[in-house]
Amino acid sequence: MIINHPLLGPRDSAEFTYLGDASLIERPDWQAEDAADQFHDYLYLRDNPAGEHRELWFHEQGDRSWLVVTRNTLTHEITKVELARDVARSLGRSR
Amino acid sequence: MRYSLLKILAEGLKGNTGWTPVWRNPEPREAYDVVIVGAGGHGLATAYYLAKEFGITNVAVLEKGWLGSGNIGRNTTIIRSNYLLPGNEPFYEFSMKLWEGLEQDFNYNAMVSQRGIINLYHNDGQQAAYLRRANAMRMAGADAVMLSQDEVRRLCPFLDFDNARFPIKGGLMQPRGGTVRHDAVAWGYARGADERGVDIIQNCEVTGFQIEDGVCRGVETSRGKISAKKVAVCVAGSSSRVMSLAGMRLPIESHVLQAFVSEGLKPTIPGVVTFGAGHFYVSQSDKGGLVFGGDLDGYNSYAQRGGLPVVEDVCEGGMAVMPMIGRARLLRGWGGIMDMSMDGSPFIDRTSIDGLYFNGGWCYGGFKATPASGFTYAHLIARDEPHPVAAAYRLDRFQRGAMIDEKGMGAQPNLH
Ligand SMILES: Cc1cc2nc3c(=O)[nH]c(=O)nc-3n(C[C@H](O)[C@H](O)[C@H](O)COP(=O)(O)OP(=O)(O)OC[C@H]3O[C@@H](n4cnc5c(N)ncnc54)[C@H](O)[C@@H]3O)c2cc1C
Repeated sequence: MIINHPLLGPRDSAEFTYLGDASLIERPDWQAEDAADQFHDYLYLRDNPAGEHRELWFHEQGDRSWLVVTRNTLTHEITKVELARDVARSLGRSR
Repeated sequence: MRYSLLKILAEGLKGNTGWTPVWRNPEPREAYDVVIVGAGGHGLATAYYLAKEFGITNVAVLEKGWLGSGNIGRNTTIIRSNYLLPGNEPFYEFSMKLWEGLEQDFNYNAMVSQRGIINLYHNDGQQAAYLRRANAMRMAGADAVMLSQDEVRRLCPFLDFDNARFPIKGGLMQPRGGTVRHDAVAWGYARGADERGVDIIQNCEVTGFQIEDGVCRGVETSRGKISAKKVAVCVAGSSSRVMSLAGMRLPIESHVLQAFVSEGLKPTIPGVVTFGAGHFYVSQSDKGGLVFGGDLDGYNSYAQRGGLPVVEDVCEGGMAVMPMIGRARLLRGWGGIMDMSMDGSPFIDRTSIDGLYFNGGWCYGGFKATPASGFTYAHLIARDEPHPVAAAYRLDRFQRGAMIDEKGMGAQPNLH
């Protein structure tokens, strides 16, 4: 697979390590009443869809940036690559 | 029809005209006591033990493709009970004991071959970890032998003992480990279940569940609605997809695992050998092919094929531990979709929906579990309480902090 890095252009996916579902960016509020339940779902439960999947890849053997890759889990086709930093900021996170 | 030597001789004299199909191909009925979703190894074993051990025969097994088209027909056929943790080891040893009596039990040749599995170690830390594992195995009634370098050398002279980076120092051996003909396991269980009245319905995909007031009353399928008092799902790599039809999210990711087989060679490898310093394991089939594999591709996938980086990685591992493998030609490679759980261990449990049961999360190691998984799942379905050796495989174990994490990797499925 080739991942089209927003800064570096097309890179071999073997340069990256894989973390999982990009929803991991949206960490629950640790002060919420039901924080324990929210963290359980956040840490352990996954949608695991067959089809389009937004996921976190780390450019370990490159510029060490985190990417959010939108990839089809049935065909392995990659349709979108964003810097995780930009995604997190657009969700209201400071970094 | 009972298979025996006498039967073969008699059929030989009659020109083999008396053999009948091994299972029926029935139309689905409107209602069953138990509907099992998925005719892989686990689904078929569950049906067999439900009928044979628990007397429940009004059972259907629904399969979206053909019987045995999933991982049961794609794995590298290794059986072993060399686990460390108390939640796991008694279960896998129970499975090993069932393997040992299986062919007589279901009167089918599954080619159970206990020719041993050796896990190589390459440094002192690994040796200590394997010794601890060996003791855990013995405490659960399994067999474990620590081999010195010389003893490994005698069994497997072809390994690269003096590799500069990863010299082989010895191994942990389970002599009762080995391989089993995977397809024959599916066929044997299917035949045994069918003989006892279970309907195995192929080309019948489950597309939904009939859930009323928190109670599951049946399934919707590509061949119409089927009612059931109990619905038992065991669809391995499709677990999240199927359970999402009941509104459930699981602690599972689906990943692809590849395997490879070489051209047929003369007998060289006595049992199963695993490399302790990289991702590579190998055995030799009765046809002579070297059957080997390694790591997951590492990203979520439902495509039953893998990528080239892992092919390279597996072959590098092979070359590092047994350089002679470089002379063998690769015949074929394939992939299967693994239900990788968050701690690397499986689930056999009821769900929050009454009458709906779940079995999955087998990762890359569910073939060896087939008999015990079927037996204990049947026990759970029939009696509504877990079998003692499968009691730890609960869906709520992460909530309780009771993970069964053999590798100590945490909630990262691609590392288990
Ligand atoms: C390459 C590879 C190597 C492996 N090596 C080993 C090994 O050496 N040792 C070991 O112990 N394990 C090994 N495994 C793991 C083992 O094969 C699996 O854990 C095990 O087979 C899973 O259980 P099963 O047999 O019931 O799954 P499957 O055979 O996959 O059965 C699930 C069935 O459910 C059906 N299904 C899915 N969705 C639906 C639906 N909606 N409706 C109806 N039916 C449906 C599928 O078609 C499938 O037939 C390996 C796996 C792979 C891929």
